[in-house]
Amino acid sequence: MAATPRHAGLLALGVLAALLGLAPLALPNDYYLNVLILCCLNALAVMGLNLLMGYAGQVSLGHAAFFGLGAYVTAVVTATFGLPVAVGILAGVSASALVAWFLAQPTLKLRGHYLAMATLGFGIIVSIVFNEAVGITGGPSGFVGIPRLSLPGCAPTSDRSFYFLAAGVLWLGALMAGLIMDSRTGRALRAIHASEHAAQAMGIDIARHKRFVFVLSAVYAGLAGTLYAHHLTFVAPSSFGFNFSVQLLTMVVLGGMASTWGALAGAFFLTSLPEFLRVFEEMDILIYGGLLVMCMMFMPGGLAGLARKLACGLLGARRV
Amino acid sequence: MSVRFGGIQALSEAGLTVRRGEIVSVIGPNGAGKTTLLGVVSGAVRAMGGTVFVDGRDLTGRPVHERAVAGVLRTFQNLEIFSNMTVLENVLTGAHLTAGYSLLDSLLRTRRFRREERRLRGACLAHLDFIGLADRAGDMASELPYGEQRLLELARALAAAPRLLLLDEPAAGMNNAETSGLGSIIRRVRDELDVSVVLVEHDMDLVMEVSDRVTVLNFGHVLAEGSPSAIQENPEVVAAYLGED
Repeated sequence: MAATPRHAGLLALGVLAALLGLAPLALPNDYYLNVLILCCLNALAVMGLNLLMGYAGQVSLGHAAFFGLGAYVTAVVTATFGLPVAVGILAGVSASALVAWFLAQPTLKLRGHYLAMATLGFGIIVSIVFNEAVGITGGPSGFVGIPRLSLPGCAPTSDRSFYFLAAGVLWLGALMAGLIMDSRTGRALRAIHASEHAAQAMGIDIARHKRFVFVLSAVYAGLAGTLYAHHLTFVAPSSFGFNFSVQLLTMVVLGGMASTWGALAGAFFLTSLPEFLRVFEEMDILIYGGLLVMCMMFMPGGLAGLARKLACGLLGARRV
Repeated sequence: MSVRFGGIQALSEAGLTVRRGEIVSVIGPNGAGKTTLLGVVSGAVRAMGGTVFVDGRDLTGRPVHERAVAGVLRTFQNLEIFSNMTVLENVLTGAHLTAGYSLLDSLLRTRRFRREERRLRGACLAHLDFIGLADRAGDMASELPYGEQRLLELARALAAAPRLLLLDEPAAGMNNAETSGLGSIIRRVRDELDVSVVLVEHDMDLVMEVSDRVTVLNFGHVLAEGSPSAIQENPEVVAAYLGED
């Protein structure tokens, strides 16, 4: 009995690897490869946010800032200072983690709406810095000339190889999230979500666990940001504003809280949806909004909840 | 110890001593300060004066989670189970402190991680068996009936290897059969697991049945203290409390 969920987890990771590996074959042309890459990068950030929100129950409305920090720091390190991309990525992720660590000190004492407000404010401040520090970031017109990704022993020359790299990173992210959540740390985080009083009374150091998961989620977002910068070779502050924070949050909720599959599904669905809606021309944003409303009304458990319900229905039918 | 909420004196100079292997009940009318007293011992409520010692260690002013490390565990009057987890996971979370592996161990799935998780599962299933819920281990905790959720809180606290267990109205919402079952469980906790127990309870039959000593609180003061039979005969207590029923 004890081994079953672990085997299910292994199976899920295998299925994920197969899906990510086969996805490019289903594409009609290489333009969609870029969409797929974006899906992977968003999914990485969403997976981190899901650890924070879905598992530990802490809402962040400023996660775009960590994504942007990763992107801008690696841009400055590699393009302005001419250091290798590997150094840039390391610096970008570290900067994101460090800022999250400092932000965690005062904000994680706040709960519910107050934490959401504090992270919202943080996101706006970072966005202003990206816009105003023209000398460093290039300001509103953006930062151009970021080198393409090249790591020691791995320099993806085509979009296809970059996709496989992004998909690999995403897969590792899913693996890590699964390993952490299926341990005492994961249980402690879920306990904090359900009842801080009880979690504390069981000897769980709430402040330390909240800080840990906040920094971890910033690492996911920061890493996604660095890869984003080296893929597009151009970043602009408008990509990392409040709208993007809300989008990430919507992906978590739509996918289904506290489920890695949900985070993946939410990110892939919402990132690619505009492409499918393009045929409706000006109506696309209306349909996009309408679909979101319908999803929330009829699938409160998100995509993951819907899948679970369908699976239960199928199994139940077979048993009868 | 003394506690004040705004202008209200919830506890004044209320003292409580529990010897090793003892079951001490705290009774008193609603608002007498029973739950506040438990809160002070567990660290959830900050006392203005007074001290908390457990096993000779001064825990005064220490945060809640550190007191759990020192062996002070509690259950809650208003149920605080982890409704997003299974019954077994609830108990495993209680065993958080006794898990002997680090985050790195869980990331690398080391032998130590696997050995410890296996040991924890065995121990937690034993705790569930102890309270009679082993057959519900895989169910969601939120699916348990009310009385069993109370027992689950007890098992969760036991998993944390308590020295001193604080039970806040564990029989509330239980029927008679469940309550008498609870009585024998509480005694077995003391006898078999060598845990001292503080019981805050309104069910007088349960209190009189399991307690070694009873402390009566009234308006934040200790009104009386003694053996169950002595308390039942104390005229002051009868007037203040028992007579009301």
